[in-house]
Amino acid sequence: MMDNVILKVENLYKNYGELEVLKGISFEVKKGEAKVIIGPSGTGKSTLLRCINRLTNPDSGRIWLDGKEITASDVKINQIRSSIGMVFQDFNLFTHLKVIDNVRIGPMKVKGIPKREATELAIDELKKVGLENKVDSYPAELSGGQQQRVSIARALAMKPKLILFDEPTSALDPELIGEVLTVMIDLAKNGMTMLVVSHEMGFARSVASKIIFLEHGVIVEEGPPERIFNKPKCKRTAEFLHKITDLYGDTKHENDS
Amino acid sequence: MVFNAHLNLILKSLPFLLKGMVVTLELTFAFLSIGLVVGIFLALGQVYGRRSISLLISAFERIFRAIPALVLLFLFYFGAAQFGFNLSAFAASCLALGLRSAAYQSQIFRGAIQSIDIGQIMAARAIGMTQFKAAIYIVLPQALRLSIAPWSNEYAVVLKDTSLCYAIGVTEMMRQGRYIVARTFGNALLIYVVVAILYFILVIIGTRLLNLLERKFRIPGYEAKEKGEMVERML
Repeated sequence: MMDNVILKVENLYKNYGELEVLKGISFEVKKGEAKVIIGPSGTGKSTLLRCINRLTNPDSGRIWLDGKEITASDVKINQIRSSIGMVFQDFNLFTHLKVIDNVRIGPMKVKGIPKREATELAIDELKKVGLENKVDSYPAELSGGQQQRVSIARALAMKPKLILFDEPTSALDPELIGEVLTVMIDLAKNGMTMLVVSHEMGFARSVASKIIFLEHGVIVEEGPPERIFNKPKCKRTAEFLHKITDLYGDTKHENDS
Repeated sequence: MVFNAHLNLILKSLPFLLKGMVVTLELTFAFLSIGLVVGIFLALGQVYGRRSISLLISAFERIFRAIPALVLLFLFYFGAAQFGFNLSAFAASCLALGLRSAAYQSQIFRGAIQSIDIGQIMAARAIGMTQFKAAIYIVLPQALRLSIAPWSNEYAVVLKDTSLCYAIGVTEMMRQGRYIVARTFGNALLIYVVVAILYFILVIIGTRLLNLLERKFRIPGYEAKEKGEMVERML
């Protein structure tokens, strides 16, 4: 089980009162793998991501990160969270902090890295997302696409073992989606382990190793993109993909080629 | 000439009134500082504390907001003396009106803290910050900025309420004015108008300064956006 598995989720359940959101989810993410979770809204995708870094506590089931069980009761949750990056749908940048401070505050205040070192680290990460010339800007002075790239840099600066993406392009204007996807595709190609909730089929097709189709709190189907797209096993998967492609188009992302 | 006589009286009175003003400012500073420090802790306790703590704080805050300032002053000065606590009038004022201001300020800060976007707190927790660190580095810096405008209102209220300390014998501006009126004859209107003007000036200067402070700490980007939206709406 230990061979290169970064994340292992086993039989995860989560209810909100009467509402069963997750009903026995199990899957694995291997090192360097980019897995994409798709599925209708209200189907538990965000809840699943939040259970993985325990922003939400699952009712039952177990999760291992890099061989260590993080659902154990004696686990230091803040330490675990610092090694799992998270990118949110609406960026959630710290609005009172400059770009550079948004990125270096984690290394400094969570890991205790000295300011000078944290600054260098932050600038490196900002270069990766192409925003090294915006270090002194405030979030409100940036476009949505730039803000999301800063939030990716913020996650990277913690040197995470895994990054969770919660619909990272859903809040963006169409013309800004490309720049964020480019950064994500670069990350995936450079071996970052990623778990991505997204309906961006361009991303899924070009870098996803597996696609998970989640509906009503259960994994309906999991498989490599070609198979999921071309001959899905389940009727529901086919129907859903049909709707998605109607909505977003099936054109390949410009950076694919 | 009557006018000259009035002017003379004012000039003679001013040193006394200004001496009183110093005490008024000392009281204001003391009340606001106590209120600021205690108020922030109360707000944090109310938002983040356990249920028992937040209920206790709510009780404190309700009591101090529901009792008239003058009654509080008398309780802390004359009332405490009966228990053997012989507080000076100044110290009793600080306790009574400082804690009263803490109760009001806690509500300013509580509202500001609760208005900070939950998403940012989630992002802070997601990079591994404890709730305490998220409060210190993410929530408070934003909440305090938002508090400046309502806080300048609190400044004006507290400054004016220092005049109540006159009633337990603190020689602040109001009491100095009262002395002058008692020493001379038939000048009540003139002296109290001067006192009123001095309070007015202090309030105006203070709120102006706080306004500047608010602008200095405004987070860049929002201003431009607001203007842009306004222009858009006008077009």
